[in-house]
Amino acid sequence: MSSEITPKAKPVKSTGLHVGDPAPGVKKVDPILIADGVKRTFGGLTAVDVEHVEIPRNAITALIGPNGAGKTTFFNLLTGFDKPDTGDWSFEGRSLAHIPAYRVARMGLIRTFQLTKSLGLLSVMENMKLGAKDQTGENIFRGLIPSLWRKQDREIEDKALDLLKRFKLDAKKDDYAASLSGGQRKLLEMARALMSDPTLVMLDEPMAGVNPALTQSLLDHILDLKAQGMTVLFVEHDMHMVRHIADWVIVMAEGRVVAEGDPHEVMQDQAVIDAYLGAHHDTDLGSTDTGHVEAIKELIDDEQ
Amino acid sequence: MDWGAIFGNAAVELISPTTAAYALAALGLAIHFGFTGLLNFGQAGFMLLGAYGYAIPALKLGWPWWACLLTSLLASVIFALILGIPTLRLRADYLAIVTIAAAEVLRLTFTTNEFAPVTGSANGLSEYQRDLLTLNPLPDGRYGFGPWVFSDRAWFFLILGWIVVILAALLTWLLMRSPWGRVIKGIREDEDAVRALGKNVYSYKMQSLILGGLFGTVAGIIFVMPRAVVPSYFQPTLTFFIYAILLLGGAATILGPILGSIVFWVLLSFFSGFIARAVEAGWLPFMTQVQAGQLRFILVGVAIMLIVVFMPQGILGNKKELAFVK
Ligand SMILES: Nc1ncnc2c1ncn2[C@@H]1O[C@H](COP(=O)(O)OP(=O)(O)OP(=O)(O)O)[C@@H](O)[C@H]1O
Ligand SMILES: [Mg+2]
Repeated sequence: MSSEITPKAKPVKSTGLHVGDPAPGVKKVDPILIADGVKRTFGGLTAVDVEHVEIPRNAITALIGPNGAGKTTFFNLLTGFDKPDTGDWSFEGRSLAHIPAYRVARMGLIRTFQLTKSLGLLSVMENMKLGAKDQTGENIFRGLIPSLWRKQDREIEDKALDLLKRFKLDAKKDDYAASLSGGQRKLLEMARALMSDPTLVMLDEPMAGVNPALTQSLLDHILDLKAQGMTVLFVEHDMHMVRHIADWVIVMAEGRVVAEGDPHEVMQDQAVIDAYLGAHHDTDLGSTDTGHVEAIKELIDDEQ
Repeated sequence: MDWGAIFGNAAVELISPTTAAYALAALGLAIHFGFTGLLNFGQAGFMLLGAYGYAIPALKLGWPWWACLLTSLLASVIFALILGIPTLRLRADYLAIVTIAAAEVLRLTFTTNEFAPVTGSANGLSEYQRDLLTLNPLPDGRYGFGPWVFSDRAWFFLILGWIVVILAALLTWLLMRSPWGRVIKGIREDEDAVRALGKNVYSYKMQSLILGGLFGTVAGIIFVMPRAVVPSYFQPTLTFFIYAILLLGGAATILGPILGSIVFWVLLSFFSGFIARAVEAGWLPFMTQVQAGQLRFILVGVAIMLIVVFMPQGILGNKKELAFVK
């Protein structure tokens, strides 16, 4: 079914993002986000243990890895939704350690959630408007005087309508977000994240549950973000998608970054194959996750 | 049976200052629970602070009414901060536990003999209305029509109470249609999502706790104006009645709490009048007068259960929302 996804226009890939040989933690020419020694344990389990990683600016970076690799936890740490045991990370040169999540968002680093968080009993339009930043009327005292925020609110509404049209949700704008389907909620969450004109968008499995026809337009949206100058970091399990739009791929397994590189080359990396199939895959294929086996097989086939 | 008296008494509750006070306290809870999703189980504590925060400076220090009012409001804000600072970062249930405990601590503190010279302990305080009554523009005497014949003093407190309720409802309405209200409602739905959009959720929850608490505090003042204040008014059951009113009227509505309070008090008065007279007339031979006094709460409880089962969104709630309640 992934083969239905054909690019409308061949995406323009950014190249020459790194300095030196692609290896875990490789330096980037122009990093927007740098993480150093970020470690998070849950009891005895080390969920994330990233020594060094840099996210290139104005490119689309995919974060991949098997289930439980620590991708979502890493997202939570970077965006202030979880606190690491140790570690430092900076966004556009400003350290983000100990910065609360809402401040991180205000700095222009917006994320979406793997389990969609649409605000069910708010209308789709209200969901969108909530995404806009620096709203005068969000102050309790100024909120009391409509003349202070009416005009801004109308501008926000126009912008929201525009985005909703692009995401084909405009017909639903007055419905409760709770009435949307799972895939539509993913779209809404992504559209809502764009309301604040972020510089770095972090999407946790944006395509999960979205039908192929919509996936295509979602991919176009993501490519569009890059064209508009934004940086995208996304988690995705569908390798076709990753290869189709990502300029750079970071592979995580058991909390660590095990490989990095160009989407075509990284798949050949022994560490990646080990990560997905287990180090002893040649002796014990039967017990591994068949989904991953297929994913990796498809890839290898595709490459040839 | 004297149906006239039963309906007459019920009609009095329609507009009584007590109804106004409960309506305002319920409106405060609507801000907390209905709009923000905060589980405040200590609204009785906020009301207590209103009552005593007004009565103590008026009696012991001879302060004018506005200074007493400000004392109440200040006490309420401090109480909200004490409750909110440690709990609003945690899950919703923590606030519920802390608020119910803190309200009980307050009530017991005002009951204990230790502070009797200031609080009057279990006997409470009275005669703190004098300064406010100097504002009463109504001429002496009793007037009104039908069942609504009250003294000028009773009319004064009644009118004042309802003016405050109307102003509070207006304020809530203005706020809830503003972008501030949008953030508040977003927090009720999913605070992490709102946080991810760059809103300081903690600060908004605190603002909501303070505002709804202030409504409760002013409600406490309105409640004790026509009477004396004793700590036993502020039992946890008071908070539960206010929740009942809120659910009855519709939790995330503005007129719901007001209508809920009216329905609650009219029903309560009607049932108590009806049962008392039914016992007198020998219709309920198995029951004493004292038991009859309790039965009204049972009947109101049943009535509320029926309403909640058959109209879970409340009288004024939006039926469409029900389809999506998890
Ligand atoms: N709150 C938590 N408490 C305990 N363990 C956790 C918690 N959150 C995550 N983990 C563990 O951390 C590891 C990484 O989880 P994470 O959700 O980051 O994986 P993931 O890479 O996003 O996987 P998936 O692709 O399935 O979404 C898992 O082993 C998980 O069990
Ligand atoms: Mg995940």
